[in-house]
Amino acid sequence: MAYNLKQVMNKPERLTGGHRMCAGCGAPPVVRTILRALKPEDHAVCGAATGCLEVSTFLYPYTAWRESFIHSAFENVGATISGAEAAYTALKRKGKMDDTYKFIAFGGDGGTYDIGLQSLSGAMERGHDMVYVCYDNEAYMNTGIQRSSGTPKYADTTTSPQGTVLPGKQQFKKDLTAVMAAHHIPYVAQTTLTSNFKDLYEKAEKAIYTKGPAFMNVLAPCPRGWRYDTPDLMAICKLAVDTCVWPLYEVEGGVWKLNYKPKKKLPVENYLEPQGRFKHLFNKENKHLLEELQKDIDMKWEDLLRRCNEA
Amino acid sequence: MKRKHRLMQGNEACVEGAIAAGMKFYAGYPITPSTEIAEISAEKLPLVGGKFIQMEDEIAGMAAIIGASLTGLKSMTATSGPGFSLKQENIGYAAIAEIPCVIVNVQRGGPSTGLPTSPAQGDVMQARWGTHGDHPIIALTPSSVRETFDLTVRAFNLTEKYRVPVILLMDEVIGHMREKVELPDPSELTIIDRKRPTCSSEDYLPFMPEADLVPPMADFCTGYRYHVTGLIHDETGFPSNSYQVADQLIRRLMDKIEMHKEDIITWEEENTEDAEILLLAYGCTARAAKAAVKALRSKGVKVGFFRPITIWPFPEERVRELAEKVKTIVVPEMNLGQLVLEVERLCNNVTKVERVNKINGEIIYPEEIIRKVEEVL
Repeated sequence: MAYNLKQVMNKPERLTGGHRMCAGCGAPPVVRTILRALKPEDHAVCGAATGCLEVSTFLYPYTAWRESFIHSAFENVGATISGAEAAYTALKRKGKMDDTYKFIAFGGDGGTYDIGLQSLSGAMERGHDMVYVCYDNEAYMNTGIQRSSGTPKYADTTTSPQGTVLPGKQQFKKDLTAVMAAHHIPYVAQTTLTSNFKDLYEKAEKAIYTKGPAFMNVLAPCPRGWRYDTPDLMAICKLAVDTCVWPLYEVEGGVWKLNYKPKKKLPVENYLEPQGRFKHLFNKENKHLLEELQKDIDMKWEDLLRRCNEA
Repeated sequence: MKRKHRLMQGNEACVEGAIAAGMKFYAGYPITPSTEIAEISAEKLPLVGGKFIQMEDEIAGMAAIIGASLTGLKSMTATSGPGFSLKQENIGYAAIAEIPCVIVNVQRGGPSTGLPTSPAQGDVMQARWGTHGDHPIIALTPSSVRETFDLTVRAFNLTEKYRVPVILLMDEVIGHMREKVELPDPSELTIIDRKRPTCSSEDYLPFMPEADLVPPMADFCTGYRYHVTGLIHDETGFPSNSYQVADQLIRRLMDKIEMHKEDIITWEEENTEDAEILLLAYGCTARAAKAAVKALRSKGVKVGFFRPITIWPFPEERVRELAEKVKTIVVPEMNLGQLVLEVERLCNNVTKVERVNKINGEIIYPEEIIRKVEEVL
């Protein structure tokens, strides 16, 4: 069935309004879209590693979650959901469970790229029937914008401050989507908030209803850490895609597929310029840094095209 | 000399103290309420030729300072409850391998994720026994911003001198509170560096203690090739299954503290000469206790104040002496009774011990302590 935004939006919200995430934050629309991909009759067990999403969505006595919810320790939402899924599957096999539950773990980039990587890797390797979603906002935003291995090169954060000597973070962003694809699990996807959430919704549906482990890496901008105007959330996501900084693709059964090829690939400046964390790159003396970033994006994009047989 | 007053946070004072003590390496991970220590270290360490690295998790932060310390750099990491739990295995490693390092724990409410932005004093026992096995440890606990500076310097000095991991046990109030402080001139500070071998690399036995029970420590990459392990090891650094070696090593590690406890243990006391009731408190709670003493004294109540600054090893001898003089010791702390267990052990059959406990993320107010004192009068 073709994607119909109106129909999809009419499905009941499973992460309701009233939570306390910031205006202009990417994480809530990511979670809402993913949970909308559940069949109406199915339930979910959601896990969240410590992070903004966790801390802002269930404040006693209120919760925004309409599903069972586990806030794990920072480093092990993958393992925590593994345990729930393994027990459920055993009970189901013995006929002690009737309803259908799906298991979804959410972690930020800190809880996924860094401290939670071992737990994620283990969960995927063991083959649990679960989805791990990284809402990647490219730094530890909950503790006040510290760099992570998901932070892009030259971004200004409080532990990679830009100054007179160093222009922000010195290392490139870890390619976690490719790392997870190398686990040879049934489904891996990279996406963000674009075109009426179609790409995100369809990938969530596939991830949830593909048997076995699935991983989704979803770019989820943060207005505080990236320093953009809150209404620009969707525009920033679109620019990430159109500059090929964050290509939309999936790896299904080992086959790499590009989901979107911009008609005109935009220069990286278009994406960086509206974000305060890259402001220093637009000083005259930093022109070569922009060139370096563009070169890196071009190389990675060409590489992705080859993997997806699009070159 | 012109003095400069500054308004600063405890967490900032910690970094200032560390740099004054010669910290050249910081590895850590963001966690409330200690993150400012990482942030300020990221900014300041490069300015003094030091190195800051943010690691992928808490365990890695602890591991990296062990590695850096072995190359001869004074190293520190900072964290809070959940991160302190994760670091424990490597704290034990630093204890058995005698790696100088400072671990700051800005305590928050626990267990688990607990109350990330609220103060607590629930890690007192974990600071002592958080890692498995008998092991030496030193823990210092400041109760003001200026003292955080001083104790950070002292933490480095003690870890360098005795090759024992030193824990700076702060709490969220002390970490985030801002006070006007006057920092000492670097020339006024005593800075201690670890003993390094004076023998040739051929004759070097990395774990052969001197009379003070501390072996001189060679820096990696300076020609002294040796092995470091978390296994029980002999003076050469090689693992051993010998009962005798195991017994000797663990006893020596523990005796390092016992032998030097007079140098290690410090405390503060006020109005103890004629005291009938003693308030024993530490960290931010000591501030409330001090206020309570003042209020009670103005009403003519003979109450004294005792604050362990070195919390581990605990100032046993002095507390035992005081216990014989006073009728009651009141121990307020932001947990359900941890350090009070030490006090009760020491006061057994000598003095009454009363508790004031709070675990809801709020500080203990002077009035709550006063109420308890009036109850026991």
